[in-house]
Amino acid sequence: MDFSTPDDLAEHRDAAKTWVRDNVRSEWAEEQYRTGTHETLELHALLARSGVLGAGWDKEYGGSDTDPGLAKAIIDEIRGLGIAGDGWATTNMVIRTIHHVGTEEQKRTLIPAALRGEILIALGYSEPDSGSDVAAAKTAAFRDGDEWVINGQKMFTSSAQVCTHVFVLARTNPSVPKHRGLTMFLVPTDAAGFERQPIYTLGGQQTNATFYTDIRVPDSARIGDVDEGWGVMRVALVFERGGAARGSSTHTLSEAVAQWARGTRGEDGSVLFEDPSTKERLGRIAVDEEVARLLGLRVRWMSECGELPGVEGSMAKLFNSESALRHYSDVVDFLGDSGTLQPGAIDAPMGGKIEAGLRAAQVGTIYGGSSEIQREIIAERRLGLPRVRPNG
Amino acid sequence: MADQTVDLTFSEDQLALRETLVDFLARECPTERVRSAEPLGFDLALWRQMEALGLPTIAVPEEMGGGGGTVLDLAIAAEEVGRCLAPVPFLDAAVANNLVAELALGDAEGPSLRLAEQTVAGSRLAAPALRSSAHGTARLVPAGAVADVVLVLDGDDLVAVEGGVSPGSPAAPTPNLGSLPIADRRVDGEGRTVLCSGKSAVEAHRRAVDQWQLLMAAALVGLGARALEIGVDYVQQRRAFGVVIANFQTIQHRLADTATAVDGARLLAYEAAWAADQGLSSAPALARMTLVFAAETAFKSASDSLHFHGGYGYTLEYDIQLFFRRAKAWPLIFGDPARLYRDVADALLTAEVA
Repeated sequence: MDFSTPDDLAEHRDAAKTWVRDNVRSEWAEEQYRTGTHETLELHALLARSGVLGAGWDKEYGGSDTDPGLAKAIIDEIRGLGIAGDGWATTNMVIRTIHHVGTEEQKRTLIPAALRGEILIALGYSEPDSGSDVAAAKTAAFRDGDEWVINGQKMFTSSAQVCTHVFVLARTNPSVPKHRGLTMFLVPTDAAGFERQPIYTLGGQQTNATFYTDIRVPDSARIGDVDEGWGVMRVALVFERGGAARGSSTHTLSEAVAQWARGTRGEDGSVLFEDPSTKERLGRIAVDEEVARLLGLRVRWMSECGELPGVEGSMAKLFNSESALRHYSDVVDFLGDSGTLQPGAIDAPMGGKIEAGLRAAQVGTIYGGSSEIQREIIAERRLGLPRVRPNG
Repeated sequence: MADQTVDLTFSEDQLALRETLVDFLARECPTERVRSAEPLGFDLALWRQMEALGLPTIAVPEEMGGGGGTVLDLAIAAEEVGRCLAPVPFLDAAVANNLVAELALGDAEGPSLRLAEQTVAGSRLAAPALRSSAHGTARLVPAGAVADVVLVLDGDDLVAVEGGVSPGSPAAPTPNLGSLPIADRRVDGEGRTVLCSGKSAVEAHRRAVDQWQLLMAAALVGLGARALEIGVDYVQQRRAFGVVIANFQTIQHRLADTATAVDGARLLAYEAAWAADQGLSSAPALARMTLVFAAETAFKSASDSLHFHGGYGYTLEYDIQLFFRRAKAWPLIFGDPARLYRDVADALLTAEVA
């Protein structure tokens, strides 16, 4: 056994910091917070040009010479500044899925295009009437010669406002049980018949409703076999849950709050960190954070060993999101009335990041498969308990 | 993109050790044996068998007559011992053996070497007191009712004290929740030998405490995992409202939460053991973190599984109560978890964040 991880990137941290200082503008974080668009296209293009996106990929699929460790350290630094890359995150899941299930032609065109920053892909799974029960999707695709015609509506198509494509789950066979009649398509957002409406959320992120009216795509836009979309999407979900897990986080909530509490005095003049109840709170958070990190580390490690960490991904996502909600709720309590102050308010502790974090944490237990769905997966596949959801 | 060094697998030798223990304990330590060892919580015959297998000296250096293994090997053994609630002072003996062997290596002529020769050979059982003595007494020493020798930090002396007790003639049981062979031991009477003094004594004792904490965490992982299995088995047999109760989502979801926590606790326990073997500066903090997390997880697991048994769960006939009582009692031998959480904050969060 060997748990050593932080040293892997240590040699790259200085170079990554320098790269980020020279290339990344801190106002991008403020812009993302203000607009709710958690992707900065200018930065994305830069990451593509610099080979950061292509690091670690095979040359034949457009991989770059950039050291994967440096690339990861650069991404860590950027995320540490509060600059998200949600559009890239979903794109990354989809190209990994294509790498698993796509045709050689798709692998050789789509993966390099994504690594060059030319395409960004949003996920089109949920619908107005189907979220957790994602296989109940009604969006339909029917074959017309060499083309497919797609009609329907998707909800929570996050990042679609900056994406070139949506990875759409569509029903291709309505006369078989719901899981068996689904197929995945890559639908361009500039296609005739595509429409988008923004939706604003508690966590601050802008998401979208997307509409598909008689959109025609060639058969080459189909990812995976006809009526095999459920299996394809499960591959993508594994990447999503694994990706959602904390891996090598360098900035934890407990550290941020401890740092603040060491430099802040309470009404009686004593340093907040020295209060035993503060230490107990932060100690609890730090323990959970380490467990979340390890569950995420296991997912990454399994992926790197070529395994698909299904149950393990669910465990990481469940523990990470549920514990984060507890932690933010507890820290807002700890801050009391000032914990309610938002970014921009005068004297908001830690710049209001805890208040914003609480709103985002509540979202985390829902998106990417709700906690209940993760528990069902664990109960069924790890514990061997009977499947109780109706199959429909 | 790859973390080249991460490796979450056990070595061949470690897998073989686990397999040996699983076979041995399945054969020799069914819950009937756990019950018949109550209330003292000690089974002499089982202990002699474990000594014969070399388990309490796995991690003692070979030049001292031990197995030359690692703390991680001990953690594997502790997990299996915890899983079957074996009524033996395995952790205590292993930690004490490591401690006296470490002292003996630096003290070729002194009392530590004589003591190490006896404990490694199994002719005397040594166990650590986790807290410093107060008013001439080491309070509630785990294994204090059966150990020939207790290792106590008395001021800044590390002392070995005898108390007219041995595995063959234990003290009367001190009634307690976990049926543990705990007992107070005098440190100011006869049979008191100073092994070392000053800073080295304090540090040696601290290392022993760190080791005990992480091995206890590993034992609690085993306990929690087994309690979960018992719950999972039971809910698949028990019928209510015309179906097995495993069909109820409330039950499934609580068991899934426990399974997740047990996996997390196991990863943390082995990380702590690995950090101890590597001599990392994070090792003491990880030992406390794994103890508190494993303690909460084991208790939740045992309490939930007992709950899913309904009324049968709180009858003494069903085994789950054995797990429930020990899940709470074992870690409390160390003291209030709230203090451990504060220690974690002090250890991890006092430095400036880079």
